[in-house]
Amino acid sequence: MAEDHSDISLPLSATGNTPWHGEAPARAVLEAPDIARMLTRIAHEIVERAKGADDVVLLGIPTRGVFLARRLADKLAEITGRKVPVGSLDITMYRDDLRLGPPRTLARTDIPGDGIDGRLVVLVDDVLFSGRTIRAALDAMNDLGRPRAVQLAVLVDRGHRELPIRADYVGKNIPTSLRETVKVQLAENDDRDCVLLGDPPAPAAVRDE
Amino acid sequence: MKRHLISAADLTRDDALLVLDTAEEMARVADRPIKKLPTLRGRTVVNLFFEDSTRTRISFEAAAKRLSADVINFSAKGSSVSKGESLKDTALTLEAMGADAVVIRHHASGAPHRLATSGWIGGSVVNAGDGTHEHPTQALLDAFTMRRHLAGAPDGGPTYHREPGDGTGRDLAGRRITIVGDVLHSRVARSNVHLLNTLGAEITLVAPPTLLPIGVETWPCEVSYDLDPILAKTDAVMMLRVQSERMNAAFFPTEREYARRYGLDGARMAALPGHAIVMHPGPMNRGMEITAEVADSGRCTVVEQVANGVSVRMAVLYLLLGGNEPAITTARTQENNDR
Repeated sequence: MAEDHSDISLPLSATGNTPWHGEAPARAVLEAPDIARMLTRIAHEIVERAKGADDVVLLGIPTRGVFLARRLADKLAEITGRKVPVGSLDITMYRDDLRLGPPRTLARTDIPGDGIDGRLVVLVDDVLFSGRTIRAALDAMNDLGRPRAVQLAVLVDRGHRELPIRADYVGKNIPTSLRETVKVQLAENDDRDCVLLGDPPAPAAVRDE
Repeated sequence: MKRHLISAADLTRDDALLVLDTAEEMARVADRPIKKLPTLRGRTVVNLFFEDSTRTRISFEAAAKRLSADVINFSAKGSSVSKGESLKDTALTLEAMGADAVVIRHHASGAPHRLATSGWIGGSVVNAGDGTHEHPTQALLDAFTMRRHLAGAPDGGPTYHREPGDGTGRDLAGRRITIVGDVLHSRVARSNVHLLNTLGAEITLVAPPTLLPIGVETWPCEVSYDLDPILAKTDAVMMLRVQSERMNAAFFPTEREYARRYGLDGARMAALPGHAIVMHPGPMNRGMEITAEVADSGRCTVVEQVANGVSVRMAVLYLLLGGNEPAITTARTQENNDR
């Protein structure tokens, strides 16, 4: 979801005034083994902080957050020996930038059978950027039930928060400039597992992403 | 679909699938404890009804409210229209009140088109049934219901009357739909023929010659005067109401003869394939085009169609009003870049 934020958080100077010096290919800063190790560590941290993860529900934010949540659920099951409920939470209808573009296609919201009331919900997303996706997710969850607590796990924290939101579990902090793009690719959706860091190919393309 | 939804014929296959897929997600909101989304907060939807309607008006109202839009209901009875106000003056009044969308039902064919193209109002116009012309959201909800039943199984096949499935991303290619009854006066039939043809279905209209409109041979469908031979080759049969209120002449000898030749009774239902469903846009005339036995059977989707209507209308309102520009085609390009 992180790439979706580019349009709302990019200051004018980055799009209008900065000269652009040719297309730099996006470079992979994290590869598949790095991602696997980070997810394993996050899974252990969740078990540690939740004291066994008995009441944990993982909710991924489409698209790639859902795949990450499923991978985390598998790792948690390996560690605790229990199946961890995993679902998806589409935030499209709760976005604060809906009026800034054409209507967006909806993704699936799929809450595990037992619901989220009284549970420890861990939201999972690929990139934490402005924090607006997470605000929308908190609003969306409000209409679905009342969790005991909500925590946030992200693969990459790229900084530049616009809201007082922070992640409880971070795969890797990657300091970026606002002009750079961070793209997470996962085998479920793309060709391979990796995190790509790139300069925007052109100002217009950044806004489209 | 551009800014307005006037005719089912305006929808491309991709547009229609986008509406149906969005409706599939909207339907899931109905299962939640809080059946409300904040998406259209601050937008105003006017239901402008010049003709009697129960389910369509309530359905649009429920859809707009579930999306948190402000809803203003306007019916011709008890308004200035009964004092002789014209459509134009009514429209200018609504524009002055800041309507973002006008849902219009009118007894005159073409009234929504006039409203959309006249420049009287700046918002989106949604046709909720105009005369004997079109009723696009009814066609969309019918297609949605058919897709859930006929393409809802995990393998893309029919569900055989178990729980309606999830047909996201699928069309109705090769499904055989039979529409029976008063096609002449039916805006539902016309919209359905256009939309179902767009979605790849094969349509057969069955009616007495007097109840078929002039020019029906140019429609993308087959026409038959005889119901029984068609039944065995039908995946969904849609019974249309005989619209007596629009009939100023004798279109068939007696009601009993009509019911015998074109009504759906238990025996005819038994001739349908096992997975076939029976649909009716409502309101039903029990004993006329459909017997109580059929209407109350598990194969009849009338009540489900009403529930699906809310989801489909939520999808239409979201896709027209949810962004800064109500253009579905642009939304799709954006989406491809996104994910």
